[in-house]
Amino acid sequence: MEKFNTLTGIAAPLPMVNIDTDMIIPKQYLKTIKRTGLGQFLFDEMRRDSTGKENPDFVLNKEPYTKAQILVAGDNFGCGSSREHAPWALLDFGVRCVIAPDFADIFYNNCFKNGILPIRLPQEIVDLLMDDARLGANARITVDLEKQEITRPNGEIIAFEVDSFRKHCLINGLDDIGLTLQKDSKIAGYEEKLKLSQPWLAA
Amino acid sequence: MTTSSKPRTLFDKIWQNHLVDVQEDGTCLIYIDRHLVHEVTSPQAFEGLRTSGRKVRRPEYTLAVADHNVPTSDRSAGIADEESRIQVETLESNVKAFGVPYFGMTDARQGIVHIIGPEQGFTLPGMTIVCGDSHTATHGAFGSLAFGIGTSEVEHVLATQTLVQAPAKNMRVTVQGDLPFGVTSKDLVLAIIGKIGTAGGTGHVIEYAGEAIRLLSMEARMTICNMSIEAGARAGLIAPDEITYEYIKGKPMTPKGAAWEQAVAFWKTLPSDEGAVYDKEVVLNAADLVPTVTWGTSPEDVAPVTGVVPDPDKAATPGKREAMLRSLAYMDLKPGMKLSEVKVDTVFIGSCTNGRIEDIRAAAEIAKGRKVASHVRAMVVPGSGLVKQQAEDEGLDVILKEAGFDWREPGCSMCLAMNADKLQPGERCASTSNRNFEGRQGRGGRTHLMSPAMAAAAAVTGHIADVRELLS
Repeated sequence: MEKFNTLTGIAAPLPMVNIDTDMIIPKQYLKTIKRTGLGQFLFDEMRRDSTGKENPDFVLNKEPYTKAQILVAGDNFGCGSSREHAPWALLDFGVRCVIAPDFADIFYNNCFKNGILPIRLPQEIVDLLMDDARLGANARITVDLEKQEITRPNGEIIAFEVDSFRKHCLINGLDDIGLTLQKDSKIAGYEEKLKLSQPWLAA
Repeated sequence: MTTSSKPRTLFDKIWQNHLVDVQEDGTCLIYIDRHLVHEVTSPQAFEGLRTSGRKVRRPEYTLAVADHNVPTSDRSAGIADEESRIQVETLESNVKAFGVPYFGMTDARQGIVHIIGPEQGFTLPGMTIVCGDSHTATHGAFGSLAFGIGTSEVEHVLATQTLVQAPAKNMRVTVQGDLPFGVTSKDLVLAIIGKIGTAGGTGHVIEYAGEAIRLLSMEARMTICNMSIEAGARAGLIAPDEITYEYIKGKPMTPKGAAWEQAVAFWKTLPSDEGAVYDKEVVLNAADLVPTVTWGTSPEDVAPVTGVVPDPDKAATPGKREAMLRSLAYMDLKPGMKLSEVKVDTVFIGSCTNGRIEDIRAAAEIAKGRKVASHVRAMVVPGSGLVKQQAEDEGLDVILKEAGFDWREPGCSMCLAMNADKLQPGERCASTSNRNFEGRQGRGGRTHLMSPAMAAAAAVTGHIADVRELLS
């Protein structure tokens, strides 16, 4: 997983609530057996019409947002399916950070497993950043994970919260599985105990 | 394990029973008792195991099946779509390489992951159960903590049989009284989502309680827990009781003999203690409920079938108003239209929400002696091969076919339209599935969620209809 330290990039505005994972990556692209290559299909049904022609009004089709690395979105971003294809598509497009008032739980989890930082902020702060994201070429925002700070285009600093363990893993690009396998004796111990307390589970 | 005497919820008990490790920062490592695997969210996980030289820690706690991509027509010729075929073949080679139990496409036990787990007794009370699918919450109907995970977490569970998780908060939804005539558990869960919203349960596990829940069959309870994710909850839970034990007794994978007695004694300790505290409480009166349908593109967009399409100008917030305007444009509906006058083109009965035998019986009851409206394409997709078999043993397939329904092979089908079953742009569907998102059932398709009986009523009348008028 790619480390996340500091990111400075274009923020794109997506002022919609309940952006679901079917919108982020429609099901016809879930047939892949790889993690890469989904960026071209990100928000496919909003980016293109049914004939495959690009919709010039959709934000990610407009400059400079074709190179957006940050999304600013409405409440409950990523609701719906557990498909990790949603963060894979965002990452493959180049997005490393999503800012919203709140996220659906599974999507929020999936982001951290893929080097994407989801940031929860109160609606009124997201509204300010949404206005920043509408500044086109000037919609440049800096996200500093170590300091837990966002720098707005006008230089103003906004602080954000993030779970300390998730922050540690993201900054160091740590693989969860490797960390858990270091606790193998604890897992084996639990399994031994389980054989006695709930023997039918091991049957 | 805690020795505290503080009253605990069902969730607290299951959570504490499964703690393998708690880090200083509070991050928990929990043990996963059962893992369901399907073809869409697992290939990258197996690939990850392969590249890092890891094996599946507990293949015997894992069960794999192909459901999302499988055709619901004759399967003897295999899968025509190349990408779908590759995905199913990849699952087949992965389960072989890693020694994971698998129900193949022609096995009678094949079906939707969330139908076959309970059917086989793979799902038991008090367990932790995960699957790379958000509707894993279905299994919570048995009093097991069941939730959907992403593919990275699928790989984590395959390799370690554990997950790194933060504890959820407790929420209780109490439904007082008994459901009125013609109102089903689908109507109830739609009403709950309408009341608390699609983010109403975020960060919480919802425990469903109250007389109405206690009176429900296991299959009706599964429908409720299944849609917990549509309320944003991590999982849904219903405390196990005699109805639960009766349902699971004698299933192929349930404990037998002395082990059964021991298991039941343990399961009886699981229900929430008197005085347990919930972070959030919601109370509904069953008597207030009527058959319910969705009008928009979010599962919270619900209305009684007797009602009208709502007016965006009366929305609570500007964000909600915007969302409603977009929904109504997509759905081609106008505020004030009577829902019972909305014509449908397609009817889909099936999915992990409503693809069980009781659902098919409910549809057949309405279909019996009636005909599907001439402009409607109606299909019934059983949730598993065993559901299909049972329906055929009961003659339900004959009733449905005589009425003009298409009787299909089991799978996820038009719930998410990954196989050949999909809506055409602009087509309107009465669907027993769980999501009415834009494009969910096919690009440009318009979905109205409802119960199986209501969907059957829509099929025979040709429009959204109040099923109570068709019930004797």
